Amino acid sequence: MPVNPEAVGRSYGPFEPYEVTRVKIREFADAVDAMSGAHRDAAVARAEGYEDVVAPTTFAVVIAQQAEFHVVVDPEVGVDFSKVVHADERFTYARPILAGDMISTTVHIEKITQRAGISMVTTRAELADADGDPVATVTSTLAVREDA
Amino acid sequence: MSDNTLPSYDGLEVGAVVATREVVISRDTLVRYAGASGDFNPIHYNDAFAQSVGLPGVIAHGMFTMGAAASVVEEWAGAGNVQDFQARFTRPIEVPAMGEVVATVTATVGALDDEMRTARVDVSVEFDGAKVLGKAQALVPCA
Repeated sequence: MPVNPEAVGRSYGPFEPYEVTRVKIREFADAVDAMSGAHRDAAVARAEGYEDVVAPTTFAVVIAQQAEFHVVVDPEVGVDFSKVVHADERFTYARPILAGDMISTTVHIEKITQRAGISMVTTRAELADADGDPVATVTSTLAVREDA
Repeated sequence: MSDNTLPSYDGLEVGAVVATREVVISRDTLVRYAGASGDFNPIHYNDAFAQSVGLPGVIAHGMFTMGAAASVVEEWAGAGNVQDFQARFTRPIEVPAMGEVVATVTATVGALDDEMRTARVDVSVEFDGAKVLGKAQALVPCA
């Protein structure tokens, strides 16, 4: 089934908040060769002016992808995940993500364009903290092949 | 963003390389990234599956490449100081079952905003003689 262009404007969430932990930040920092001690040691992070260890720039994808999954599995949208390639990604931060944050995410289908047998599905995930203040916006585009 | 660690604006020049790194990628790297990120798409660890969907073999997560590129920018910008980072995934990095491959990341000042005191950092990731990210740009506030 092809992607349904009328799915634009759909929203999902907010979902159960994601608890950001020091262990997960360190694991992610190790995985992307983010070498700063501020990802690993709260004392280093505090000396740099943060309340706790700070996440690497692309860490928000861990949280955003969980929310975007609800778009991919929505039968009304019609994404065949075996035909998906990641086309682009953007992170815009109101403030860095820190250990201890409880992040609530709402995801919106921002845009769907179709040409030459490929559907481009752009989602925008809005990440907010426990006070409801914005933390980051994650925009992601999936290219979905519509061939048989 | 931390005012304590922002890079200095004065003295920055468009075209200046602020950081560069050789990123070594093996299957271990991809499995580690899959676990850390939660992205378990088998095209990133299973050759037979990757070939069944038309790929030559296992490829790196685009988000691994983008994450590794961000780490190079952060090395200069300071942890938590990249305000905005975007990239297009234009070419995959094929990663063999054995051994490793190397991608070269170069972060260059692309534009300066004197009023906002921000730097746009353009990030190039080269693999096998070609760029694998398009329009990879980071926005960094400076002191």
